[in-house]
Amino acid sequence: MNIANAIPEPMPAGPKGRKPVWLTVASIITFLFLYLPLVVVVLYSFSATKVNAWPIKGYTLDWYRELFQDEDIWDAVRFSTFIGIVAASIAVVLGTLTAYALDRYRFRGKPLIRFAIGMPIVLPGIVTGVALLAFFTGVLGLNLSRWTIIIGHATFCTVLIVNNVAARLSQLPRSLDEASADLGATPLTTFRRITFPLIRPAIVAGAILAFTLSFDEIVVTFFLTGREKTLPLLIWGRLRRGISPEINAAATVIILVSLVLVLASYWFTRKSETN
Amino acid sequence: MAAIAAKDEQAAPSGRKGGPLPLLALPLGWMLVFYLIPLALLLVHAFWSVDYLTIDRTFTLENIKAVFTVAPYPAVLIRTLLMAAAVTLTDIAIAFPISWWLAKKVTSHRELLLMLVVFPLWSSYLVRAFAWKTILGTNGILNSFLQTTGITSEPISAFLYSKTGMYITFCHVWLPFMILPLYTILDRLPDTLLEASGDLGGNGWKTFLRVILPLSLPGLLAGSVSVFSLTMGDYITPSLIGGSPGTELIGGIVADQFGVANNWPLGAALILPILAIVIGLLLVANRFGALGRDER
Repeated sequence: MNIANAIPEPMPAGPKGRKPVWLTVASIITFLFLYLPLVVVVLYSFSATKVNAWPIKGYTLDWYRELFQDEDIWDAVRFSTFIGIVAASIAVVLGTLTAYALDRYRFRGKPLIRFAIGMPIVLPGIVTGVALLAFFTGVLGLNLSRWTIIIGHATFCTVLIVNNVAARLSQLPRSLDEASADLGATPLTTFRRITFPLIRPAIVAGAILAFTLSFDEIVVTFFLTGREKTLPLLIWGRLRRGISPEINAAATVIILVSLVLVLASYWFTRKSETN
Repeated sequence: MAAIAAKDEQAAPSGRKGGPLPLLALPLGWMLVFYLIPLALLLVHAFWSVDYLTIDRTFTLENIKAVFTVAPYPAVLIRTLLMAAAVTLTDIAIAFPISWWLAKKVTSHRELLLMLVVFPLWSSYLVRAFAWKTILGTNGILNSFLQTTGITSEPISAFLYSKTGMYITFCHVWLPFMILPLYTILDRLPDTLLEASGDLGGNGWKTFLRVILPLSLPGLLAGSVSVFSLTMGDYITPSLIGGSPGTELIGGIVADQFGVANNWPLGAALILPILAIVIGLLLVANRFGALGRDER
């Protein structure tokens, strides 16, 4: 549940002590460790040779040309996008309902509900994957399809929306609701005209994160996939035959898309906090 | 997407007098049908057995017994536990300095630096795991580096397809899960406490051991549960970076039982220890308030 928001909110900076050099050095090395693999993937996607040896002998854009002509990759991208959009939409409905109920009502068992919603990302993904596989095919006798993937993804994405929207709701002054009620608005009208516009950016930010999580997910998806392959599954299958520079090019595009999505989500979170 | 949410809220007979049940019916019903019931049924599978291709639904403890007695399962289980523990401890050691630095020492661009920590979490896990294949390979960056600096004279093939390789990869892919909760808790630690410790004569080490460490326990535990649980259940990194005999982890064996080996009851039985350990850790973490952050 530590991936509630794209970025945790920093507290206002207090008085800072002196900065020991070793701490700064250690932090910089940690950043290098975090980013080394990403840099490697990007670099090798331009490598002119097929073997991933260091140092890189020459540079080319051929792998990107090959990538963009690869129909299988495009099919997988379309498929993953569809899954991501539908799963995120379901998660938005489930998550917003939960967050609203948790924020606006007093009742027992709130921690239990939060725990139940968060379970799919607290417990290992493989548990969700095989439990749903056994449920769909063994118990219900269904065939695996895009819909089994979507159900799995919506299940673990809901907590992202709950956390994002609940955080926003808790910032809204209750006086807004009361004023609206005093002016004769029904609770429904109040939600539609007052609350919803205020939490909309938080919903959008959460939805983008849910889409990103769904788009990159592989551990649960592996067990729930039918004949069609999501992009991570296609890449995983090809990796078993060895790393080609084309895969590095695909990975580079994925990194870029993730970056754009995370920045967009962050932008919506900021927007939600400033209005 | 937003429109759907709005429509649904309207459909629900809302109003604070009505109670939260109409709002919660859909999400709780979903979690029940698509998570809790499947999970319970999975656990029941552990007490069944496989008869050729069909599942024999008579109660048996054979699978549970097999997990602890039949080779290679006990060895794999211990290897997985040791790996998860090593990765968790390493990530704590790596995460502490940078979290402290971000929470207490950085004065400018803190938001940007935090984003830099979090971003890898949102970039594809698969991409980050397979990148290590390139780095750790015989002609890879690590070996080239070791040879040019003269640390080794020949390429070391033991990095890839080994426990070492998996260990490095795990430490990397789960690191942000440790930094985030640790940073959050250190950020809330009042500076006055540290000053007080200093005023009372505590030196740097003493302040760290007696004040900072105990107070950061909830963050440490929250991060540890994530890292431990993610390592315990993973089968992607073992398939990419492990893959040689003697490197199997429990996740890969479970995945096989639900795939090629097609022995769901055994697979379910192998999941039981994973679940027991993770839930045990969650309870410990909860006792120390590590999960309380959800309450906001």
